[in-house]
Amino acid sequence: MATVARTAGGDRIWRRFNSAQRLSRFVVYLVIVAAIVVSIQTIEVIPEFLADAPEQVVDLFARMWPVDFAHYPGSVHDALVETIHIATLGTLLSIVLALPIGVLAARNLVPFAGINFVAKLLLVSSRSVNSLVWALLFVGIFGPGALAGTLAIAFRSIGFVGKLLGEALEEANAGPIEALAAAGAPWTSRMTFGYWPQVKPAFWSIALFRWDINVRESAVLGLVGAGGIGMALDSALNLFQWNRVALILIAILAVVILAEIAVTQVRRRIL
Amino acid sequence: MTEPAAFAKAYSSDPFRRDVWPRIAAIALVLYVIYACSQLDVSWDRVQTGLQNAARFFSRLFPPNFKRWDLLTKGLSESLEIAVLASTLGIVLALPIGLCAARNLMPPWVSWPARLIVVMARSFHPVIVAIIFVKAVGFGALAGTLALTVASIGFIGKLFTEAIEEISLKQVEAVRATGAPFPSVLAYGVLPQVFSRFIGFATYQLDSNLRNSTMVGIVGAGGIGGTLFAAFQRFDYDFVCAILIAIITLIMIGEVLATAVRAIFIENATLFDLVRRRGTMRRVRHTEDD
Repeated sequence: MATVARTAGGDRIWRRFNSAQRLSRFVVYLVIVAAIVVSIQTIEVIPEFLADAPEQVVDLFARMWPVDFAHYPGSVHDALVETIHIATLGTLLSIVLALPIGVLAARNLVPFAGINFVAKLLLVSSRSVNSLVWALLFVGIFGPGALAGTLAIAFRSIGFVGKLLGEALEEANAGPIEALAAAGAPWTSRMTFGYWPQVKPAFWSIALFRWDINVRESAVLGLVGAGGIGMALDSALNLFQWNRVALILIAILAVVILAEIAVTQVRRRIL
Repeated sequence: MTEPAAFAKAYSSDPFRRDVWPRIAAIALVLYVIYACSQLDVSWDRVQTGLQNAARFFSRLFPPNFKRWDLLTKGLSESLEIAVLASTLGIVLALPIGLCAARNLMPPWVSWPARLIVVMARSFHPVIVAIIFVKAVGFGALAGTLALTVASIGFIGKLFTEAIEEISLKQVEAVRATGAPFPSVLAYGVLPQVFSRFIGFATYQLDSNLRNSTMVGIVGAGGIGGTLFAAFQRFDYDFVCAILIAIITLIMIGEVLATAVRAIFIENATLFDLVRRRGTMRRVRHTEDD
């Protein structure tokens, strides 16, 4: 299929793709180039702003220096801890909510196409809404604060955790489950001794990976009022306290790096 | 060989016996959740009052109000432009950086700085990077484009590096043995091995940039996000609902297009196959032997 031989004037010309495949590829290239050209032509760039960008960057760093480390014990530390709480609680809640949905989405566990479809629809809708939008919604419902942030993180993560978990369940080897069923094992035993050992590594790596992502995401939720370090960042930005902004950015960077190290360590221990 | 007694001791006990550590970890987790909930001021009262608010909130979301569709389409097209340009710029910049960061092709003095750039680009959320660019180049789509370019460099750079580090060096050596210069080694030894994975994460990145381009507007970096945030702050919830529906539609269309591009480039499908929705799985096998 991949190679097509043609004769042209007695010689053979070997082609890797047939004409329909080449046409399809060409159409994709054409659409990409057209999209880029149209975007460049229509995007709004203000030349004066662009011209003084270098000056502004120098100014930015001048204002950020010296970093206001003295401010850290006051409010930044508490906000940072709150961010980690939001990420962790949100991840835990999302796992609790995603487990049943992931099971319902797995075709081999629940052989009803209708239920699979509804579960997958729930997972897709959770993923297509950005965590900032979830945060806006929950701030509207519960008011500003960490509760809105935790729920935003949880609802955004359901789709991610549920999808990957459902896929892991679908990939599970049917042999052990059939053996258990043949021995007369009830449904609960088939789950705990048939499926769980097979999806356990995937489960832990999904949970750790999502926690790592959530630590990064929870740092920005405060920009829309959903608690954590983002709220401190927002107020520092609104007051143009750039040396405080620098401190918060360094704090976020440190937490992100520590979270990544923690995840790598835990992964090495349990996987 | 194991002694019979030791063998019996090791295998006669409960094969599914549980370790102590998971139980300790579970108890610690429960204690942590209680502690964290008390810290965050999460209580049942708040959830209950929230649920009452939720009913009011959702009744105000519907029906969605598309009256200001001109504002909506302007914001959406700006988001789309940001996503397209950021992905293009990001990919163009990430390819050489990712190549330099590959430890199997480059000496350490090249790979370490490149890896540092990739790690730096990945460490902040795009919205935070957007704040910095709003200060540097002013409010508007340019700041959003640059912020998402940085995010794309981080993501594509990392995955491209990993893809190159996993290639088979036999083909690279074979090309080298013919006396090919370095660019030819790349073009004929390295790129064919990573091309299909590259298409995979390039389309994924376009998808992800599309999602984030609808959000960077919250900090003034252009796109529909600014309109969304403003509508929220004015309690214009029916317009919020219209914007959310538009964003979700855009993202879903983006996902469908990304799947189509992946099918065409990785599975050698044609546009006709995609319309007829067939042949995508069968074709995978053919790409393995070419």
